[in-house]
Amino acid sequence: MKLSAFKRALWVYHVPTGSCNGCDIEIVAALTPRYDVERFGIMLVGTPRHADVLLVTGTVTTPMADRLRRIYEQTPEPKAVVVVGGCGSTSGVFYDSYNVAGPVDEIIPVDVYIPGCPVRPEAIIDGVVKAVAKLEGLEAGEKV
Amino acid sequence: MNVLHVIWQSAVVVLGSGLLGLVYKGIDRKLAARMQGRIGPPLRQPFLDVGKLMVKENVVPRDAVPWLFHAAPILAVVASVTVLLYLPLGPFPPVLSGRGDLILILYLLAMPAVAMALGGFASGSPFASVGAQREIVMMMSYEFPLAVVVVGVVWRLATLGFSPAFSMVTVGSTPLWGLVGPLGVLGLALLFLCLLVVTPAELSKIPFDIPEAETEIAGGLLVEYSGVNLALFYLADAVKTVAMGALVVALFFPYGIASPLGLSGGWAALVDQLFFFVKVFAVVFVAVTTVRVAMARLKVDQVARGFWIPVTAAALAGLALLVLDKVVMG
Repeated sequence: MKLSAFKRALWVYHVPTGSCNGCDIEIVAALTPRYDVERFGIMLVGTPRHADVLLVTGTVTTPMADRLRRIYEQTPEPKAVVVVGGCGSTSGVFYDSYNVAGPVDEIIPVDVYIPGCPVRPEAIIDGVVKAVAKLEGLEAGEKV
Repeated sequence: MNVLHVIWQSAVVVLGSGLLGLVYKGIDRKLAARMQGRIGPPLRQPFLDVGKLMVKENVVPRDAVPWLFHAAPILAVVASVTVLLYLPLGPFPPVLSGRGDLILILYLLAMPAVAMALGGFASGSPFASVGAQREIVMMMSYEFPLAVVVVGVVWRLATLGFSPAFSMVTVGSTPLWGLVGPLGVLGLALLFLCLLVVTPAELSKIPFDIPEAETEIAGGLLVEYSGVNLALFYLADAVKTVAMGALVVALFFPYGIASPLGLSGGWAALVDQLFFFVKVFAVVFVAVTTVRVAMARLKVDQVARGFWIPVTAAALAGLALLVLDKVVMG
């Protein structure tokens, strides 16, 4: 399969799994004229079927765990998962909480973690680009 | 006409319209971004998008009707390209001239929308069903003003003694503006405005992107499409943009600049062809790009009412003015 086509045409789908809205707003900020991710061909799409990258924000609450798994399965291959924010990466302040199923990597395979509370838009762009590098690495036959 | 000629000309139109559609899409996205104060994607972005979609997995949902689900994108592309085979492209007459007329073009223009609605219903997703229903409602709203515009232009041509008036060769080689009186010019201007309003609706662009409505019904009609099928719909949209632009140009601006410039032969064809691309782009820029940057999405009932009452009234008024012009001019 040829993956170099991904280099500059990445469509991302935003999955909030129980975030406080901080990281979600930073994702929206990355779309604004100041950061303008569309200049790299990164586009926010409305459905996981169109997506190449899933941007998951927030630690996964119990009801969202199954939904997150289903959204991951609905995304066509090849795909990458980017966790945005500290909560999604490690559960953060919600560690061991009664209603939390765990950080994102306990539910679905994660490729890139972006720490921060909330993350900065530059960091999100950097993380998505790392996800591309990962997809491209798969093409080159690297073990990741 | 030689069958071989038709085949190679069709091949040129098919390839050319695909390329041109994607180039226009790239320019459209770049200009929209500049108008919003962004840098915007590179001009080749649509090509990159299509290339990427080609390598993605093509998912067929479990609840879908597989043959219809796969047939809809192909139908959309084929119908969009076929429209262009019947339209005059620059200095050249339509590839299939003499085999179909404006009425056929009206039906063919409706086909991509029908194909998208079919694909939406076949996806077995509630979002796609809602999108498909909205697409059908929109089609029922904008088809009548579109038909009135076409009939108005053709009827005035027929009264001036051109025949066959519905043939694209006649329409595409006869600028009507200079042949009618002042009332007729007013009527034509009204019809032209109506067609400009119908254009973004026909192409499902903001403010008429109700069937797709990403923020609201998650992509609507296209919600379950991925990979190659989505790329085909993407291409169909690009080609249909060119077709709609070419139709507006053929109906209202079938002018060339080669003869006023005193050119002839190959240079004339080249200059007129380039001028045609500029004209189509101007139509797309005015009717699609600026409008989609300046406006938000309308609701489906606003669109239905808007097309059935004000736009239809304006189109009928334009038609009435043309009739009056005929009475005055004799």
